[in-house]
Amino acid sequence: MKKMLKTLAIATAGFLLLAGAASAATGQKDAKAISYSFEGPFGTFDKGQLQRGYKVYKEVCSSCHSMRLVSFRNLSEHGGPGFSAEQVKALAATFTVKDGPGSDGEMFDRPGLPSDRFPSPFANEQAAGAANGGAVPPDLSLITKFRPGWYGTFNQLLNGIGGPQYVYSVLTGYEEPTAEIKAEMPEGKHYNPYFANGHFISMAAPLVDGQVTFDDGAPNTVDAMARDVSAFLAWTAEPKMEERKSLGFMVLIYLAVLAGLLYFVKKKIWADQH
Amino acid sequence: MSGPSNYQPKSAFGKWMHERLPVMELVQGQALDFPTPKNLNYWWTFGAILAVMLVAQLITGIVLAMHYTPHVSMAFDSVEHIMRDVNSGWLLRYLHANGASMFFIAVYIHIFRGMYYGSYKAPREVLWMIGVLIYLVMMATAFMGYVLPWGQMSFWGAKVITNLFSAIPFVGESVTTWLWGGYSVDNPTLNRFFSLHYLLPFVLAGLVGLHIWALHVPGNGNPTGVNVKGSQDTVSFHPYYTMKDAFAIVVFMILFSAFTFFAPNYLGHAINYLPANPLATPAHIVPEWFYLPFYAILRAIPDKLGGVIAMFGSILILFFLPWLDTSRVRSGTYRPIFKQFFWVFAIVCVALGYLGSKPAEGAYVFWSRILTAYYFIHFIVILPLLGLLESPKPLPSSISDAVLAKKKPLAPAE
Repeated sequence: MKKMLKTLAIATAGFLLLAGAASAATGQKDAKAISYSFEGPFGTFDKGQLQRGYKVYKEVCSSCHSMRLVSFRNLSEHGGPGFSAEQVKALAATFTVKDGPGSDGEMFDRPGLPSDRFPSPFANEQAAGAANGGAVPPDLSLITKFRPGWYGTFNQLLNGIGGPQYVYSVLTGYEEPTAEIKAEMPEGKHYNPYFANGHFISMAAPLVDGQVTFDDGAPNTVDAMARDVSAFLAWTAEPKMEERKSLGFMVLIYLAVLAGLLYFVKKKIWADQH
Repeated sequence: MSGPSNYQPKSAFGKWMHERLPVMELVQGQALDFPTPKNLNYWWTFGAILAVMLVAQLITGIVLAMHYTPHVSMAFDSVEHIMRDVNSGWLLRYLHANGASMFFIAVYIHIFRGMYYGSYKAPREVLWMIGVLIYLVMMATAFMGYVLPWGQMSFWGAKVITNLFSAIPFVGESVTTWLWGGYSVDNPTLNRFFSLHYLLPFVLAGLVGLHIWALHVPGNGNPTGVNVKGSQDTVSFHPYYTMKDAFAIVVFMILFSAFTFFAPNYLGHAINYLPANPLATPAHIVPEWFYLPFYAILRAIPDKLGGVIAMFGSILILFFLPWLDTSRVRSGTYRPIFKQFFWVFAIVCVALGYLGSKPAEGAYVFWSRILTAYYFIHFIVILPLLGLLESPKPLPSSISDAVLAKKKPLAPAE
């Protein structure tokens, strides 16, 4: 048994070496390793932070970026920003949704309902590209799951892929380019070493200090807003995270106890054979 | 099938049934009383673990299929619908995705156990070959399953792998078009992959049935590789191995749960959460971890057709393993030199996997070539020669002797 454990440990190390070993190809700078309340096996979302993050999304990001996989009703569901059902009704109504065709055969506009998905700012990808100099702003629903902030097999196992950190780092990572870089920079682009597709990003720095006023009076510096909105985007990407972790914890305890019991059953049964 | 069949129906219904379908006799003879060598170690529990994983994949997969839509414009969103709206849908999907990786971890341990203990040697050649077939079907099933969410890596992975067939001389292009159901990876491709991904697991279940049948004719091998000589060498499968397997299965479930609940996306690719886009090639197209050694072999050969032949050859050569290993001693425990080559081979496989995850350039290609060559040399040169040249250690006279020798405290040194 001991020897087997040793062999297994070696095998596991080898296996981890194989897993998820994709690496950055574009020389993207590692995201800033800030920490969030939802990290680790027991981490949960900070409801206040998610509510503030929603406000930043709504007032800043949503003018260009869609969020097509999230519904307003999700905002009041367990493990999320914790808005009340009434609040969600009210905040959905602040959006205009295209519906129809009605009985007259025409499409019509109506206020949003909790059951609606977040309306997209552009009718289609082409319209989004045309309005943004050819660059289509990516949908934000899953961005913290498809954009790693850093790479490395063991690094990602221990620290996750750093998706929220990626968003935070891009939002706070705009820099004045050196003359050398400026010479290479295409017209209408901005320099951001954290950006995944080369250092030149089409989006201008979207946040300025004091841009969004929070109801709870929390600080609204660029840094604070970037933290809040990246936490919100972690939730939109993985809305069942809290349920997953708490269920997982119970499952592991259950299995550990069961394994312990089975070990002694097995030992007892085999006792007459040794 | 061999084994005792002293089943006597006790109840009236049991008698009635026994005369019509003696299924209880089969259960008693093959699952309960089946004589099993008493010295099997924990490496032998992976067969049972694999059976459990197959059932788990079938159940989660069938329920997922109730909510999934195999259409290029809806597949990605239907998977997100499962993640967000379906009750416990996130759990089903994470269990299924991580279950595939766990299935492969278990199958690799199972295969390497077979290689170390010579489980492929007479009279178990057919058992081994069915196993290789199972492994091939597993790989095909997992590949098609990874395409279904229709993310970036799904699409580009499908494109790269199906394109391999275009290397076949003369008919390659036609074969690829036939596989795709069109002139590119598109909706017909997704549809047929879904259909086959649903079909192949049942083929697997059938092959597993044959695998167990072929196992139950000669009976289990064992760590000494010595044949069972009588009832003193065996125990009944139940309760001895049912309980030992149950313990191992639950321990394996702990590993499975740790990934599913606490690192559910670690074994996948982040970029697969981006919907498939035929116009944007990802910087890095990498298959899932369990294909990486073969991906390295594929890219090690500078010629496309050569690479494809080497890749398929590296798996097909396993069919011939029972005849490539010329040693008459089954267990690696009694083959001191083989044992060392076995571990070198295992490390080479892991190293090939590492190389498969790296871009095909510079030193990575160089080492891929060296290790690919070694992979084949192991089978074609080392194993046949070792059997002829190596002098094995003396074998125990029976399983019981081996068990007793292990239990006896060492005699104090004089």
